[in-house]
Amino acid sequence: MAVITVERKPLTFLERTYLPQIAGGLKTTFKHLIAPKKTLEYPEQRPAIPVGYRGVPTLVKDPNGREKCVSCQLCEFVCPPKAIRITAGEIPADQADRAHVEKGPQAFDIDMLRCIYCGLCQEVCPEEAIFLQNQFSMSGYTRAEMVNHKDRLYELGGTLPDAHHKWDKKKAAEEHGNAH
Amino acid sequence: MIAPAQPDLVTVNIDGQEIAVPKGTNVIEAARLVNVDVPHYCYHPKLSVVGNCRMCLIEMGMPAVDPATKAPIMDPATGKQKINWIPRPQIGCGTNVSPGLHVKTTSPMVKDAREGVMEFLLINHPLDCPICDQAGECKLQEQATGYGRGYSRFVEQKNVKPKRTQLGPRVTLDDERCILCSRCIRFSKEIAKDDVLGFVDRGSYSTLTCYPGKKLENNYSLNTVDICPVGALTSTDFRFKMRVWFLKQTNAIDTESSVGANTVVWSREGTIYRITPRRNDEVNDTWLADSARVLYKAVKAADRLAATETTEALVARAAARFQSAPGANAGVGSGRSTVEEQFLTRHLATALKASAQLVSRVGQGDKLLVSADRNPNVRGALVTGLIKTLPAPQLTDLAAQIDAGKIKVVVAINEDLTAAGLTAAQLANVSIVYLGAHANATSAAAKVVFPTLTVFEKSGTFVNQQFRIQKTLKAVPAAAGATDDLVVLAQLVAAAGGAALPADIAALWKVIATEVPALATMTFANLPETGLVLDATPFAALPFVEGETLHYKPAQPAVAAATA
Repeated sequence: MAVITVERKPLTFLERTYLPQIAGGLKTTFKHLIAPKKTLEYPEQRPAIPVGYRGVPTLVKDPNGREKCVSCQLCEFVCPPKAIRITAGEIPADQADRAHVEKGPQAFDIDMLRCIYCGLCQEVCPEEAIFLQNQFSMSGYTRAEMVNHKDRLYELGGTLPDAHHKWDKKKAAEEHGNAH
Repeated sequence: MIAPAQPDLVTVNIDGQEIAVPKGTNVIEAARLVNVDVPHYCYHPKLSVVGNCRMCLIEMGMPAVDPATKAPIMDPATGKQKINWIPRPQIGCGTNVSPGLHVKTTSPMVKDAREGVMEFLLINHPLDCPICDQAGECKLQEQATGYGRGYSRFVEQKNVKPKRTQLGPRVTLDDERCILCSRCIRFSKEIAKDDVLGFVDRGSYSTLTCYPGKKLENNYSLNTVDICPVGALTSTDFRFKMRVWFLKQTNAIDTESSVGANTVVWSREGTIYRITPRRNDEVNDTWLADSARVLYKAVKAADRLAATETTEALVARAAARFQSAPGANAGVGSGRSTVEEQFLTRHLATALKASAQLVSRVGQGDKLLVSADRNPNVRGALVTGLIKTLPAPQLTDLAAQIDAGKIKVVVAINEDLTAAGLTAAQLANVSIVYLGAHANATSAAAKVVFPTLTVFEKSGTFVNQQFRIQKTLKAVPAAAGATDDLVVLAQLVAAAGGAALPADIAALWKVIATEVPALATMTFANLPETGLVLDATPFAALPFVEGETLHYKPAQPAVAAATA
């Protein structure tokens, strides 16, 4: 194998004194000393979250305050690290505003120690019920604390605007009365 | 080479492929033979043809002949006989093959027809696939992928119909999803012979309903759920429990009677969620009794036995009992055990120099898929040589021997001896070694109890009433504290001074093949999915209790000859 000897240029006099380099470094230091601060006083100050940010997955309710999830378990199926666990349950027929929905989650657990924030659950959800929102910090002292149960997921998710009003339309169709 | 003429075969041309099919085959079945899928909803191979869903529309034509001379008209462009294509699509299910029939299943006209049918079917369909239990195995979902429009041109309000009507104790109807294919109606009428279902009202008001005052409550009602191509009929037991795409399918055998219907056990993470039929045209077609579908509940039953000692310690205790009373041992095997277990039971009885008997369990046969003999494997015990004669329902001989003090130790395998006629006092007089999955009076009275497995937790074979040996596979892992019956039996045989036998099923079959002539050519692995019929002639003289069921006629003349 051929060896190529690289000619190294000898340092000039100024370079040998190191003074220009020291001056250049101090210039950067003093510039930042008087420039406006870039760091945030976390946790008192919080960063602005960009649009499309993938934070902690949450469950949301529709504008009428009804839970949107019908426990189809597609998120459980698609979840790469198997962080989601759903137990389906039937919604009783006597719940006037949700009788048509029939099915909802009895239990909905997301293990945040497993979650990789990939957002596939949000992408796959046919009911637009699960969203990765702006919440980015999750902490806890035990493994059990790091599992978000259904109540916590709804608390984190809140209510988001709805473009489809699926169940309202269903109710309107029922009142319209095509079939007896 | 010229193939000999087969008068019952008809040559048809499907999408350019020539195939000879039996006379009377319809186009859907003929197309299936050349791997062409003709989508359909209302057609079912085991039911009558009604042709009401219109999904299987195909284009067909016949070779052209001159009307006057009957001479074939040739097409100069291709040099072959000209085909007169019918200008309208025809239904594939209701069209039987005729010689020279040409079929197109991929032409633009056929595609248009399918798309049109799909659009009409989806007009009033609720599209609640996220909620629907049928999602994942729904024909409407499948065909919507192929022929759906992707968006709806229907701007009017959809029909809203009742979504949870109880048609019977086990079947729930969602009217909105029903596409009025009438498979369930035909099944109830033709197979279950319980004609309770029907459509009422017209047009989009049409509704499936029960005859007033009746319910869909026969023992075959859940087959309507299986054959429903959409999610209209759902099983109340399985409703909203689990999505089907999570479930692992394991081939198994129905053990409620000697019919041995083929089943699929659906489980996820060690929990069984449902049992459905598996098609076997020689045994159960595509049907299964409702009573066979709840058997899985025995796996997680509250009365499951669990061991408190190691199997080795239990075997040592059992061996001490055997040696305490040499020559005074008796064995009670089970017609519910697998062939392999019965083979080991025979070895155990030989090693103990004990008599072995079975307990018969006879009920009313329903002439379909539940036979009179509720033991699934009495014939297995005959084939393996565990018993020579048919079992009796009561163990009167054993009771007499216990009373006479001739029997001191009884090994009971999966059988409750009190149910077989032994009194509590008789049980107290002997040392009982019990092998079983569930607690009962015998396990309570037993001195040594080996908790063993249910049929869903082990692999094995059963010999049904046709002497068809069929295999069942392990669907879920063994419950905590329970040991495989084969392991326990093999260790007991060794402890009783018998030969060292393998507990592994593949290795055990090598021994079975050498010792049981009827099974000499078989291994567990190469047993076909549909089973293998054994030679029944050595047992032709035995008066089996079964009456006629689907695909089984009892051999009456042989019995009559034997008794005459």
